[in-house]
Amino acid sequence: MSERQLLVGPFNRVEGDLEIRLDIEGGAVRAAYANSPLFRGFEMMLPGKDPRDALTLTPRICGICSISQSAAAAFALADAGRAEMPEQGALAASILHGVENMADHVTHFHLFFMPDFCRPSYAGRAWHQRALQRFTAMEGSAAKTMVEARARLLHIVGMLGGKWPHTLAIQPGGVTRAPDARDKVRIQTLLRAFRRFLETSLFGAPLEAFVGLSSLRDLDVWSTGDAGLFLEIAGDLDLASLGRGPGRYLSAGAYPMPSGRVSRAGVWQGGAVTAFDPAQIVEDVSHAWMLGGAAHPAQGVTAPDEEMREEAYSWCKAPRLGGQPVEVGALARQAVDGHPLAQALAAEGGVRARITGRLLEIARLQIWLEDWAARLDPAACFMGAWTLPEAGSGTGTGVGLVEAARGTLGHWLRIEGGKIASYQIVAPTTWNFSPRDAGGAAGPVEAALVGCPVGEAEDTPVSVQHVVRSFDPCMVCTVH
Amino acid sequence: MNVLWLQSAGCGGCTMSLLCAENPNVFDTLGDAGIRFLWHPSFSLETGAEARRILESVEAGETPLDVLCVEGSIVTGPRGTGKYHMLAGTGRSMLDWVQSLAPKARHVVAVGSCAAFGGITAAGGNPAGALGLQWDGTLEGGALPGAFRSASGLPVINVAGCPTHPAWVTETLLLLAGEAMSEGDLDPFRRPRFYADHLVHHGCTKNEFYEYKASARSLSEMGCMMEHLGCVGTQAVGDCNIRPWNGEGSCTRGGYPCIACTSPEFEEPNHPFTETPTIAGIPVGLPSDMPKAWFMALASLSKAATPKRIDVNAHSDRIRVAPTLRVKRK
Repeated sequence: MSERQLLVGPFNRVEGDLEIRLDIEGGAVRAAYANSPLFRGFEMMLPGKDPRDALTLTPRICGICSISQSAAAAFALADAGRAEMPEQGALAASILHGVENMADHVTHFHLFFMPDFCRPSYAGRAWHQRALQRFTAMEGSAAKTMVEARARLLHIVGMLGGKWPHTLAIQPGGVTRAPDARDKVRIQTLLRAFRRFLETSLFGAPLEAFVGLSSLRDLDVWSTGDAGLFLEIAGDLDLASLGRGPGRYLSAGAYPMPSGRVSRAGVWQGGAVTAFDPAQIVEDVSHAWMLGGAAHPAQGVTAPDEEMREEAYSWCKAPRLGGQPVEVGALARQAVDGHPLAQALAAEGGVRARITGRLLEIARLQIWLEDWAARLDPAACFMGAWTLPEAGSGTGTGVGLVEAARGTLGHWLRIEGGKIASYQIVAPTTWNFSPRDAGGAAGPVEAALVGCPVGEAEDTPVSVQHVVRSFDPCMVCTVH
Repeated sequence: MNVLWLQSAGCGGCTMSLLCAENPNVFDTLGDAGIRFLWHPSFSLETGAEARRILESVEAGETPLDVLCVEGSIVTGPRGTGKYHMLAGTGRSMLDWVQSLAPKARHVVAVGSCAAFGGITAAGGNPAGALGLQWDGTLEGGALPGAFRSASGLPVINVAGCPTHPAWVTETLLLLAGEAMSEGDLDPFRRPRFYADHLVHHGCTKNEFYEYKASARSLSEMGCMMEHLGCVGTQAVGDCNIRPWNGEGSCTRGGYPCIACTSPEFEEPNHPFTETPTIAGIPVGLPSDMPKAWFMALASLSKAATPKRIDVNAHSDRIRVAPTLRVKRK
């Protein structure tokens, strides 16, 4: 029996709607239940439509992962149409996607995650005044520097992709606008400006120095920039042992190019990486307000339970890989890709690990973006011819797997009679914030919350907030 | 002026776009003008019980509310209950909260086409029963009745767009803070006329192709996208090509069609978004204020008169033929 229950919501500084129910016992969370309290039904809107309409509609699932959704739709259509982007088209698409992922990561750190350390309950801590100065909501100096740097960085999407969010620039055959030589030098200039922000503000050091950290011992002596401030806070509050996840991490591999994905795909567990087999994905609906049974997304259906039955508690389905919950995100990607610091952090598995994994990815992604921009060839072809199964008789299936900022995103598409017959989406936060499955296994964030300390006077426990926000949830993608 | 911002059934993209405001950044643009957020789901410190107390205080009339901004559609499903979107932690639907809070506000602003008209959330048979705040597509009457007026006497101000340009939102708030927006400053769909009196076509970089009906046949070709690729920039309201997005972008500059995302029911064009429906080769949707006979006469004449440069470039992904240089005769 729990001593008391808490209902935490509205849970802000996360994307979308989230409610967490907590059973508290002995001053700590005994059990947690994550509810996505919004249903819109994108998977029901798409059937019957022209397959190309997915490129316009699915980015609008989410305003923060918009290009990720767009890229997943484009790759699913390309798969169904047996199309392949030319190398340079894939490069431009990766720049668009990488810029969005970068913008999301810095937004999360500066606007969503760090402001919690400005709370009055932390007054008196050695770092509190510095946290207030840098990260007070809407006023902190770091928050303002970041929104300006972010807005400038997104000029790259304005130039290559028209606007952000909700660009239609990424198509199954490539990108709609071929950058010229002048665009290329502007992109490189904007990236150099962004590097300056990262190196002066976030890291206080060259990015290569952070990427070069290879162990937790290296990390422990990092003290510069806002990354250093975070690590100091993390040490003081022992964020390393707070909020440990399931210890299994998935990445589908980020940034598909004809020559292969830039970061590796796989599943990391206990120090070993094994292959990722998308056929092992099953979406369980036992605790979701969804009708039907567990199914692979290629066979999945979306039928909301209008009665909102008692034993269910979320509109989020529960994806499992080989029957088990997995954690996705920047930490997962970097660990699966084999970065030594990320692998050490994956074993640590808590709040510090997730945030540091994201910082590591920011540094690596900036270097990748600079490399991709340098490789842009304004004389090349950026869009290949592509066709879809034809109206009337055309049938086909396609899968698009990408890595959004928050983790693995998949679109599963079936075309019949030239129209969409089925469209199923498994988003990163669907993995991380899934409810319990039929076997009773909790979703990753539900498991990570167990043991969080809760003060007697707390009605919105700050430890719970740190853990939830360390995952950077995107609830609008989750429930699509 | 204080602002309470609620995110209802949408994608959050209008907030994400708002963060792209520049010269100065969004926090200074608003803060310097004395506009502060009572609460915002993405920016504010307060969460859970602290946030609930703010909402309750406004609802009880203890905290005067200048502007209620709602982003996202209001869902009414299943079966009119609104339970498809419960405001977390409150046990009440967003439909219920919005109906309760809107009458407390001096102004009510619908941010984005979802909040204005239902938008994308109402696409594909509208499975969640999405409505705009005061409109259901092109029909008046949404989550709030058509006759609703906020304390200022204004109807819901529809800052439509999918997403909204950051300046459409900041400037609407700045005008409200300066008491400089009246009903006459709104168009018939109650969109601020400072951006809705323009067409996306104005300032479109493809205008020369349009003049000759030199049309792109597939995405990535540089020609005008009206004839084949679904572009309705000649009919859609917005200053997207007058003051571009994210530095120097716009949909048409990005090489894909304007889909009239500022318009009610843009989410269901009744044809693929990137394909222009035609009758006997004539696009069904003609430029605003243009008689059909005139359009046909001008189109056939201009097509016949298309210079080679424009014809070649229209069907290429980059400029192949440069303008002929005018050399001054000695």
